[in-house]
Amino acid sequence: METALRAIRGNVRQYGMIIALIFIMLLFQILSDGILLKPLNITNLILQNSYILILAIGMLLVIITGHIDLSVGSVAAFVGAVSAIMMVNHQMPFPIAIVLSLLIGAAVGAWQGFWVAYVRIPSFIVTLAGMLLFRGLTMLVLDGKSVAPFSAGFLSISTGFIPDLPGERDLHMVTLLAGIVFSLLYIFMEWRARLIQRQYQFDVLPFPLYLAQLIGIVLVINLFTYVLASYKGLPNILIMLLVLVTVYTFVMRKTVMGRHIYALGGNEKAAKLSGVKTKKVTFWVFVNMGVMAALAGLVFAARLNAATPKAGVNFELDAIAAAFIGGASASGGVGTVIGAIIGGLVMGVMNNGMSLIGLGIDYQQGIKGLVLLLAVAFDLYNKNKAS
Amino acid sequence: MNVLLEMRNITKTFPGVKALGNVNLQVKEGEIHALMGENGAGKSTLMKVLSGVYPHGSYEGDILFNGKVCEFRSIRHSEELGIVIIHQELALIPQLSIAENIFLGNEQSVRGVINWHTTTVRTRELLQKVGLNENPNTEAGSIGVGKQQLVEIAKAFSKKVKLLILDEPTAALNEEDSENLLNLMLEFKKQGITSIIISHKLNEIMKVADSITILRDGRTIETLDVHADNITEDRIIKGMVGRDLTHRYPEREPNIGAALFEAKRWTVYHPAQTDRKVVDDVNFDVKRGEIVGIAGLMGAGRTELAMSIFGQSYGKRISGQLFKDGQELKLTNISKAIDAGIAYVTEDRKEYGLILMDDIKRNTTLANLRQISKWFVVDDNREVVEAEGFRKKLNIKTPSIHQKTGNLSGGNQQKVVLSKWIFTGPDLLILDEPTRGIDVGAKYEIYTIINQLADQGKGILMISSELPELLGMCDRIYVMNEGRFTGVVPREEASQEVLMKYMTSRG
Repeated sequence: METALRAIRGNVRQYGMIIALIFIMLLFQILSDGILLKPLNITNLILQNSYILILAIGMLLVIITGHIDLSVGSVAAFVGAVSAIMMVNHQMPFPIAIVLSLLIGAAVGAWQGFWVAYVRIPSFIVTLAGMLLFRGLTMLVLDGKSVAPFSAGFLSISTGFIPDLPGERDLHMVTLLAGIVFSLLYIFMEWRARLIQRQYQFDVLPFPLYLAQLIGIVLVINLFTYVLASYKGLPNILIMLLVLVTVYTFVMRKTVMGRHIYALGGNEKAAKLSGVKTKKVTFWVFVNMGVMAALAGLVFAARLNAATPKAGVNFELDAIAAAFIGGASASGGVGTVIGAIIGGLVMGVMNNGMSLIGLGIDYQQGIKGLVLLLAVAFDLYNKNKAS
Repeated sequence: MNVLLEMRNITKTFPGVKALGNVNLQVKEGEIHALMGENGAGKSTLMKVLSGVYPHGSYEGDILFNGKVCEFRSIRHSEELGIVIIHQELALIPQLSIAENIFLGNEQSVRGVINWHTTTVRTRELLQKVGLNENPNTEAGSIGVGKQQLVEIAKAFSKKVKLLILDEPTAALNEEDSENLLNLMLEFKKQGITSIIISHKLNEIMKVADSITILRDGRTIETLDVHADNITEDRIIKGMVGRDLTHRYPEREPNIGAALFEAKRWTVYHPAQTDRKVVDDVNFDVKRGEIVGIAGLMGAGRTELAMSIFGQSYGKRISGQLFKDGQELKLTNISKAIDAGIAYVTEDRKEYGLILMDDIKRNTTLANLRQISKWFVVDDNREVVEAEGFRKKLNIKTPSIHQKTGNLSGGNQQKVVLSKWIFTGPDLLILDEPTRGIDVGAKYEIYTIINQLADQGKGILMISSELPELLGMCDRIYVMNEGRFTGVVPREEASQEVLMKYMTSRG
């Protein structure tokens, strides 16, 4: 029982956000007369927010180290533009163009990481410069015009769905199957973790509670795939997002690298004196952010089917907001990948919901701002109460 | 001579600690009065009471200045009467000019508009008075520490000072600047200004002081008249030390083995002031199973020595050789030092030792994640087992190892830091002020852990400002002063008097 309480207490912030997300979804579900949770709209929600979620993952790592990256929107636009030049103007095959684009993103990240980690210029300034620099380069590369259209193969990243079995049906079978496979995988992992914890004679959740948790999550997974299956199935981009979330959650929670990132953000001096190579870690976190920004740029270009000079404007703000709403701390050392994703979804659902009920962009901006402020205030309140 | 200042029966308590108990201090007009005592004897607290940092009502006793009872509510209040304190850490704002610094908070203005002409003229007068030949418009940060000290004194004079209090004024100064400052104090005396000087440096005190009040453990021990009583340095030291040493340290039968670690001709320069040697040609060795102490005053270069050895985490232009088990070590970064079996338990555990927002287990394993991971993947379960083991072994008092280290008491925090470094499996542990700010009971436990480590054949290098602690724990004590080792004293010959002598001598 103690473990259960500790788990809940330790994650008040995250559970709080999940509850807030559910509340917001229900609110707009009612306000929009049930449009929000329609299969079509759910699919749209995923497609619309994919690139912000990708950026939010990268941004979370940057924020955990105690830094910030204001340049991601410009970098995304720049990489999108370069990829368009490669694919549209020079007919480069899209897999090669994607790899090259990601490498460009890494190079951009290395450039900024160098200034932040080794020259120790505050990241705010380095990336503010980057924001201007890469926006300028975007316009230069595109010569102020949009470049389009892309090949169908490239577009399928953002707009495609996983293939289904041959035949005509109402439901997308492979999607349903994926849900079941995913559930089994989840049950297996949980069961194994429990077994190992038993071996070490740690406290584990009481069995009924454990079972309830398993059933609950399996239900949610299958309900979700069912909804998607009744439209066009799993979007390709969702598969990519799931892979990213899984990989980054694993890295941050389970690996030495993840520990070092948290330690660096928590207390740089102590981390350094414990043998963490703080400069190197900071550098690579920025390289990673560059790659994620490049990926977001590609996804956005594919979704728009064009590279435009104005692409990615304000993306950095959405990504930063997502990380903070999801529980990251501005002073570093705190935050989770899942939290940032939930934060991104809170913003996404609010955008989508407010558009559905016909609220103007002016109200939308203001309300989003207040949500960000309240989320962080709530966080601080919790922390003060705890100490 | 008249008595200018009298502090009567001053008692000041902090939660759980009595910092001052019935302290008396009498300063005569026109004299230089030295306040002496070990670190933590209560000198700074007494001066904070005097200057109003601790306002009237937060302490017991009376302050009489010029025969009148004073109840200071704030620093400003005491400054109005002409009591000015210059703290050990200089309070200048480096980006502002000398003139701006001198008149900060006391601007020469008419209806809120600063008159720069008067400011500059008056600054020039004041600078002349303290013998500083600098342009008033020079940035305060661009002049040396010695000159900054003079600017502070000029600032004091801008306030019509009657009683000047200098808290360790020469701690950060080189010999020449110190000499100048002391001469300046004598000059002020001729002009009729009364001063109180707090200093550890006996030779300086002997040079300038007329009387000396000695504090120990928050009590006045005695007041000596330098001219009348034929005072020697030994006499002062005797007053400062001497306390019951029984049973404050656990018994240990030293079992000293083969040579473990040696440093030869170790020299380190200051990272910013690149011509200043912080560690100067130091040689020492530590044997297996031996506890070796490093004594010295604050600013002697002990922490800098330790950090420069520990993967060059401090200093520039480091030269010299390090040997472990006869093999030369090249420790160019901290990971290499850890791999070579060296651990450095930092002085300031909150700032440099712990990640306060993380829990005990994460802090415990941070410096040696490799041991609990496979292919760079951390095994959480083994981490819990290891941390739990340390919690039991070191008796860390906490409901669970999932507790944030920020919520622990000083003693328990220190145990977590020790856990972290013991977990790296070191052969040499450098402990920098391992018991600072820890209560007596926890200290005893920390000492016991240190003894156990030595008994396991590890070498311990222990830096401490508390002489009794070094005397109670160490087999051999090196003494450091101004970057140099001025002496090495074996356990049998060690006493506070001997150490104090080396600490203040020029080796």
